[in-house]
Amino acid sequence: MADGSVTEVKDALAQVGYLADEPAALVSFLAQRLGKPILVEGPAGVGKTELAKALSRASGRELIRLQCYEGLDEAKALYEWNYRKQLLRIQAGGEDGWQDVHDDIFASEFLLERPLLQAIASAEPVVLLIDEIDKTDQEFEAMLLELLSDFQITIPELGRVAATTMPIVVLTSNNSRELTEALKRRCLYLWLDYPELEREMEIVRLHAPELDEGLVQRLVEVVRMVRALDLKKPPSIAESIDWARTLLLMGAEDIDQETFEQSMSIIVKHRTDIELVAERVGVKLAQPIRTEG
Amino acid sequence: MPSPYGPKAEAGPPGLAAKLLGFCEELRGEGVAVGTSEILDAFAALEQVAWTSREDFREALAATIAKSQEDRRAFELLFERWFFRAAEAEAVSRGVEERERRYEGGEQIDLDELREQVRQAIVEGDDGEMRDLARLAIAAFGRQGEGSGVVGVDVQRIRRTLGLSAGQQPPAEDGAAELPPIDRDQLNAFERHLRRELERELIERTSTLPPSRPLAELDRALPTSPTQDLAAVHRAVSQMKRRLATLGHEQRGRRKGWTVDVRRTMRASLETGGVPMHLRYRPKRPRRPEIYVLCDVSTSVTSASVFFLSVLHALHDSFRKLRSFVFIERISEVTEVFEHERDFRVIAQRISSEGGVADVSGYTDYGRVWLEFLGEISDDLDPRSTVIVLGDARTNGREPHAEVFAQVAERAGRLFWLNPEPRLYWNYGDSVMAAYERHCDGAFECWTTRHLENFVNVVAGGVPAAD
Repeated sequence: MADGSVTEVKDALAQVGYLADEPAALVSFLAQRLGKPILVEGPAGVGKTELAKALSRASGRELIRLQCYEGLDEAKALYEWNYRKQLLRIQAGGEDGWQDVHDDIFASEFLLERPLLQAIASAEPVVLLIDEIDKTDQEFEAMLLELLSDFQITIPELGRVAATTMPIVVLTSNNSRELTEALKRRCLYLWLDYPELEREMEIVRLHAPELDEGLVQRLVEVVRMVRALDLKKPPSIAESIDWARTLLLMGAEDIDQETFEQSMSIIVKHRTDIELVAERVGVKLAQPIRTEG
Repeated sequence: MPSPYGPKAEAGPPGLAAKLLGFCEELRGEGVAVGTSEILDAFAALEQVAWTSREDFREALAATIAKSQEDRRAFELLFERWFFRAAEAEAVSRGVEERERRYEGGEQIDLDELREQVRQAIVEGDDGEMRDLARLAIAAFGRQGEGSGVVGVDVQRIRRTLGLSAGQQPPAEDGAAELPPIDRDQLNAFERHLRRELERELIERTSTLPPSRPLAELDRALPTSPTQDLAAVHRAVSQMKRRLATLGHEQRGRRKGWTVDVRRTMRASLETGGVPMHLRYRPKRPRRPEIYVLCDVSTSVTSASVFFLSVLHALHDSFRKLRSFVFIERISEVTEVFEHERDFRVIAQRISSEGGVADVSGYTDYGRVWLEFLGEISDDLDPRSTVIVLGDARTNGREPHAEVFAQVAERAGRLFWLNPEPRLYWNYGDSVMAAYERHCDGAFECWTTRHLENFVNVVAGGVPAAD
């Protein structure tokens, strides 16, 4: 990916279908130039994970993804010794002296690479996505520190594995708990929020180009109306796009109350939310639509 | 030394570094944790972007310095102020004035035309245009000697003279085309420009900077309108959730319930020639906090119970395993109500109508409440559970049954009491707070969101916020 200037990064991202706003483009640019990880926070469904994927597509780098969850440990994230194979080696090499076996079974041949080590050891530059870091424990965060600041991993039996190429690291967090200062300190911070009306319209247009222009505006306005309600799960950008595609399939001419109630389940996915939205938004749509302009 | 980050963008003007350090100092003063490594990163980042692009400059700084949404907010506010002041201070010290040029043509401005232009700029949301027009407007009014010298008054005066108000516009008198509505945010933006330009003028006139004030504290008194302050309570509670999610998992009891991790034990046995000398255990999954909230809704705490209910409302939003109870003379579980209703007002209504907690007199009977609570719930209480009581501990002269309360405290992992009365009033009259406080892990006075935050801090093992 061209990384000469912020605008070039923005254009490159747009070409692979990700319309970044100014801060997102700038932070992506800085991350490449400074070699620092990006910590992306924001509500669910604003395109945090998508940013990493777009970076990978735009730069032609492979995307390595580590999905975090409660109780994720080193063996799943970093590396693990393939003990079955090690046992086989010990049994197979009956005549070898202990010293030979000992030296042998801790070779990289017996190492199972997990995403983090994979990203570091890769010969080609990669994009490493550590998704939903807030789901893990603080201990896991601490383990990441070495990786994030020095791009290296220490394996006691093997020594230090340092990155040969600088990966672009993207961490995402849904803000379900406060991350440690130490982790934040090593990252560039990016807060992604729901996009402005104009930008969301562009995004929808990009992904559903056949949809009528007036309908796109109406759709985004309705989605924003829904987001303004106090919902358990407000509709994400991806759901706006899904809805746009649904409307295309339905061949809808306009979003009136009937169309809305038929297709509402695309953007609202909680029983109590559906009731609330039907009550507040559906009624508004029943009124005659004012002409565009 | 060549920079390790590749070729540099053009270096900023001299003195920029000092200004930036001053800015970081200011941020620290507002409680944003800016470490040396952040400052180094900020400089490295600024080498990559053109310092002449205001947007890039600010975003690059923000990405490296402000590492949370709260920090970002403080950053935005301070950035505007600091660099505005820095530029003005520089202008004062160098004796730069632009008064003459600025007011050029001030007298010839046609008021109606100006009004039309401002309206147009606001509707279109053109920032640069608004700024220029703000200057023009000030020029038009300032020259007429109408300035009061107080920035806020002048801003409103100018706005009124221009006939600007948010929302739908009144129909034009001469029957001309209907005016488009004005967006409140855009109008605020225009007012900000006015304010900024007036301040600039004031600084030029007096050649001194007004003292900078710390950002306003978001302190609140007892919420009077529940829906308004609900947001603040929700914020404090979601903070509490984050704290509880990471802390409070300390091990209690002995090492029971550990399971051997066969794979890791086998792996460890390799070091001892295949003999499993060291047992490896599966890591314990962090447990989810289980919370029981008991809320007094009697008349003696009427004013506070709205606040308490909003706390309950927020708690329900944040915690899955939460059971809530309201009580006066008897106790009644209302978890159901909170789970099925989102609207706060409806909840308050349903609780008062369906709660069935007042028996005869309508006076709180704490002793009976403990007995009932223990009878109904005691089997579910375990060391993982946290019990929070919201009440004033005024028994109306009835038997407090502190020994029953002690049993509850013993079964629960932690027990906190939030009292809506100032500590000073505790144990006066029929308040038996002391009898209960002995059994609590903590008792707090709590009638503002600030107190609530304080409680959250203490629960999370932090330091109590200074009053």
